[in-house]
Amino acid sequence: MTASPLIEIKDLRIRFHGDDSRITHAVDGVDLSVANGATLGLVGESGCGKSVTSLAIMGLLPRRTTEISGAIRFDGFDLLKTADQTLGDLRGNRLAMIFQEPMTSLNPSFTIGDQITETILRHRGGSRKGARERAIELLRRVHIPSPERRIDEYPHKLSGGMRQRVMIAMALACDPQLLIADEPTTALDVTLQAQILELMRELKAASGAAIILITHDLGVVAEVCDEVAVMYAGEIVERAPVDELFSAPQHPYTVGLLGSIPRLDHRAERLATIEGMVPNMARPPAGCRFAARCPFVLEACTKARPPLVEVGPGHVTRCIRAPLELLVS
Amino acid sequence: MMALLEVEGLVKHFVAERSLLGRARSHVKAVDGVSFSLEAGKTLALVGESGCGKSTVSRLVLRLIEPDAGSVRFDGRDLLSLDADALRKFRREAQIIFQDPYASLNPRMTVGQILTEPLALHDLVPTAQRRERVAELLRLVGLEPPLARRYPHEFSGGQRQRIAIARALAVEPKLIICDEPVSALDVSIRSQILNLLRELQDRLGLAYIFVSHDLAVVKHIADRVAVMNLGCIVEEADADELFARPGHPYSRALLSAIPLPQPHAKRAKVVLQGEIPSALNPPAGCRFHTRCPFVIDRCRTEAPALTADRAGHATACHRVNELPPADTILPAAGGFTPALAKLVAAFSRKTEGASPAGVGIQSTRPTPT
Repeated sequence: MTASPLIEIKDLRIRFHGDDSRITHAVDGVDLSVANGATLGLVGESGCGKSVTSLAIMGLLPRRTTEISGAIRFDGFDLLKTADQTLGDLRGNRLAMIFQEPMTSLNPSFTIGDQITETILRHRGGSRKGARERAIELLRRVHIPSPERRIDEYPHKLSGGMRQRVMIAMALACDPQLLIADEPTTALDVTLQAQILELMRELKAASGAAIILITHDLGVVAEVCDEVAVMYAGEIVERAPVDELFSAPQHPYTVGLLGSIPRLDHRAERLATIEGMVPNMARPPAGCRFAARCPFVLEACTKARPPLVEVGPGHVTRCIRAPLELLVS
Repeated sequence: MMALLEVEGLVKHFVAERSLLGRARSHVKAVDGVSFSLEAGKTLALVGESGCGKSTVSRLVLRLIEPDAGSVRFDGRDLLSLDADALRKFRREAQIIFQDPYASLNPRMTVGQILTEPLALHDLVPTAQRRERVAELLRLVGLEPPLARRYPHEFSGGQRQRIAIARALAVEPKLIICDEPVSALDVSIRSQILNLLRELQDRLGLAYIFVSHDLAVVKHIADRVAVMNLGCIVEEADADELFARPGHPYSRALLSAIPLPQPHAKRAKVVLQGEIPSALNPPAGCRFHTRCPFVIDRCRTEAPALTADRAGHATACHRVNELPPADTILPAAGGFTPALAKLVAAFSRKTEGASPAGVGIQSTRPTPT
């Protein structure tokens, strides 16, 4: 379909070794790829492994307690086998990340100017003056009013929406090829969320960077993503172009998610619910991990782990009952 | 028909800064002249952005904080004149559920103790029958009675919110204030709690004040909606009316900002520029004028009054009759494709009648290895 992707994740497995030699399978055999200029939405509920996947890409997981296998290929490197020094050169430069909490991800004891120029000087070198000019330019790009004045302010003087803009400016400082945004608007009010989403669309169009957007909000996904991967219990259960996923989902979990969100365009008497609980990831079930909560479950589902099968162009699902339309027609 | 709750001209200013001598120097005008009423068995939603005063209003209504001015009448009684004894009796009739079920349950008490406390406090059920009543309350919210022996940390977020709801129901209230009850929950759990709240309303005739910033949730649950901005109600209408014909530019902006789970939905966007002004020093005139795309000179000096049309749709905007139609803000009828609608229905039908929601707690217990 496209040339070689910018980032390609192959069979990523992440295990955490906890107390009492408990092992949690946080991510289990994830394959993902993102092409230049594309936006991939990574969706799922708390604990599904979406954030852990992104932290693995950035090399931010604690070494001592984490066991990682598989490959993350980015521009000729395998990020899992790259030396710390090289990873440090990539991070903040060609790989950048925005976190959920703009309140805690800025250092309170430095001005925002110091924090943005630090990134520029680390990766681009040059003079302090030049870096400062670039920082002002970046603040202007993310629509911070009077950036010449704002640049010398400390984070506590800025509102939540402004801080998230500063985070974005910092992430963009070295024109990254890949931007990972982990719930970038979850902590913000809707009107600010709309501004930030607008900004992300604008930046994407201008820079051509690839974006991985991690979120639990399907509305946000529909607004900005080209493609969506749905995660459940450490696995990707469905992946599809955005229109497909919202019009013809092929995994029961996705169907449940779509049915459980209250909608503005029609009023349902009752919302769909997904009964039961996420499986214990210290001992994941042998078969389909959603089987215990799935209304369409067959005996075969609990026996063997279903493979990801292709059901349409670029549309894969980990469900042996797909295509699901046949179940209701 | 007399309203269950009538709120008139409610005002609360918090002191933000004091001089050396303890005199108030500046105030946060958290709530500045709010009036509304609520009928028994209905749901009023208070919506708005952080700091608009919606949570403060909900606490004023319960007298958890004392208002500076205004009146609150509940079932014909003036709440603000109640003494401590009468106030405690009133608390039987109005309860509150908070946003964070991790912070609102005492970690040192078992679920049974948490649910028995209100019964004992108000002396509602003879001691011998309390255990039975606790079991009944747990069943009412979809939890198994044996769970009464467990502690809050053994439950997931959704289950804890069920316990918080059971605790509110223990005293058989007429009104429950739900302050962002589903904001901290995952989507699939959120729908369980929303369904539960609606079921309980139908069964027990409860009235809700539903405080939320999530308009899709509000549309699902509310009969009437009041939109707040910087301490004032700027628009109030029946839910269907408000979503079909938002009048105030602020309500329009809020509606247009909600990301819809419909890729490429065609709709008019009103993206507000600028920051939310501080409640410490709200703008003169209309408090929305700094961000309003329709602002005229009059808005900067003169505060518009909240005036209702014949159908009871009230808007506080000088230009309400001159604004362009708002029918493109939300797409008329999107919804699911017929095939997907069937699939969602099948999904729901099959899970109905299965074991009650979220009863098992297998994954919250450490597994011995």
